Amino acid sequence: MNSTEKRFVYADNAATTRVSEAALNAALPYFRESYGNASSIYSLGMNAARAVVSSRAKVAEAIGAKSGEIYFTSGGSESDNWAIKCVAESGAAVGKKHIITTNFEHHAVLHTCQYLEKKGFRVTYLPVDSMGLISPEQVKNAICEDTCLVTVMFANNEIGTILPIPEIGKICREKKVLFHTDAVQAVGNVPIDVSKMNIDLLSLSGHKLHAPKGIGALYIRSGIKISNLIHGGAQERTKRAGTENVPSIVALGVAISDAVKSIEEKQRSVSEKRDRLISELLKISETRLNGDPEKRLCGNVNISFRGIEGESLLLSLDLEGIAASSGSACTSGSLDPSHVLLAIGLPHETAHGSLRLSINEETSDEDIDYIIDTVPRVVKKLRSMSPLWERICRDEKIADR
Amino acid sequence: MIYSEKVMEHFANPRNVGELPDANGIGEVGNAKCGDIMKMYLKIEDGIVKDVKFKTFGCGAAVATSSMATELIKGKPVEEALKLTNKAVIEALDGLPAAKLHCSVLAEQAIKAAMADYYTRQGIDPTPFVGSFSKECDACGLN
Repeated sequence: MNSTEKRFVYADNAATTRVSEAALNAALPYFRESYGNASSIYSLGMNAARAVVSSRAKVAEAIGAKSGEIYFTSGGSESDNWAIKCVAESGAAVGKKHIITTNFEHHAVLHTCQYLEKKGFRVTYLPVDSMGLISPEQVKNAICEDTCLVTVMFANNEIGTILPIPEIGKICREKKVLFHTDAVQAVGNVPIDVSKMNIDLLSLSGHKLHAPKGIGALYIRSGIKISNLIHGGAQERTKRAGTENVPSIVALGVAISDAVKSIEEKQRSVSEKRDRLISELLKISETRLNGDPEKRLCGNVNISFRGIEGESLLLSLDLEGIAASSGSACTSGSLDPSHVLLAIGLPHETAHGSLRLSINEETSDEDIDYIIDTVPRVVKKLRSMSPLWERICRDEKIADR
Repeated sequence: MIYSEKVMEHFANPRNVGELPDANGIGEVGNAKCGDIMKMYLKIEDGIVKDVKFKTFGCGAAVATSSMATELIKGKPVEEALKLTNKAVIEALDGLPAAKLHCSVLAEQAIKAAMADYYTRQGIDPTPFVGSFSKECDACGLN
């Protein structure tokens, strides 16, 4: 490839993925042919209901659960809200009003916990270390008499760190505290077995694994009684009201089966590309890798470049045909940079200059070459017009390269 | 969030980027913690802004507003350049997203800071000409 040739490289698969052809084709008949309401008794409805049953089995199998333990939802955020709010409600009924989580969860978990704090719950936010890890002992030591729930993400969405979920699950089971994990980024990237890992509740989302947006699921281990978040009709075995999103449910079943089928092969080939990307980008001066280099999602690259700001980096990369993401304030929708990058100890100004590239099995070697060719050029250009970079070079006697 | 085509055009091809070795007024506003720093270089001769350059650390809107602000004052009499408001910069860029309005304020402040430096270098108290202005980003409230 000519290095000056412009291409389009999608490197934001942690934000969302392209719907796979197999998932799309499986879903299409449920828009205009088998479009019945899955609750209806005639064959058109029953066809839809059968498709939902079959998809539920696929989702269950993908995470080592039983069909009866899977409830379809609108996605990761709903699953997190349901798990946390409704376990908290059950806990409060028996005087248990303490929740343990980490300080770098997704906002669907963090903001739900903050909401519960306003409702009188006590929440312990375990601080992650500089790699984005917590130790199982931290969880063990935080568990109190009145702890009703531990919720810890399986893998972090920004920096890709994979947490010690089986170890935390074991402790929670021993201490008889319910354990929920937001596995939105992990499903399809890390092998998951909810029973071996002692997970009681697990949130997953379709659009992170080549199913459409607006579909997800909550796994609730059989025997756990939690109240409903969405009240109404008798869908999802009376646990989650609302007419089933049949086409998306069908697509999720197909996509999740495909995602877990080739997980080891994917981990091997994608992490090889990831590591090449990381080692090449770290050659740029005054640059650091965020997150654990080993315990890391196979497609996650998160790097901070000192002296530049993330949003202008993203816009510049977009002009070059690369779609990526950042933890800068401007892209976080607030005035502060990403809470994840602050949680691992980055100073504000370094957090502003972070870049997340999330690749997957569709990312080619040529795509990686193009990123490796483009990012240093863009960083150099932005640094050349940055008064902050000028100051860093002057104050720390760094030769501007 | 959507940027106007004008903003994207100025971001992709910013005007007047760089430094002026013979600048006689230099101003820097904002701070690294909130993610925006603008530095303006002015060359003022015979009461006219003969040349202007900028360097910006910040988001797309920060770069575009700096670029537009320099265009709006280049070649203008000092009195006119001092009247540049953030609203004029926003209008010239066909609008800014609500969350980015503070960037245009920073551009106005950067010019005022550079003008104040010019007057100070001439041994003139800048306050009657430039008025009072902040060197920090008001939106962040950081100091």
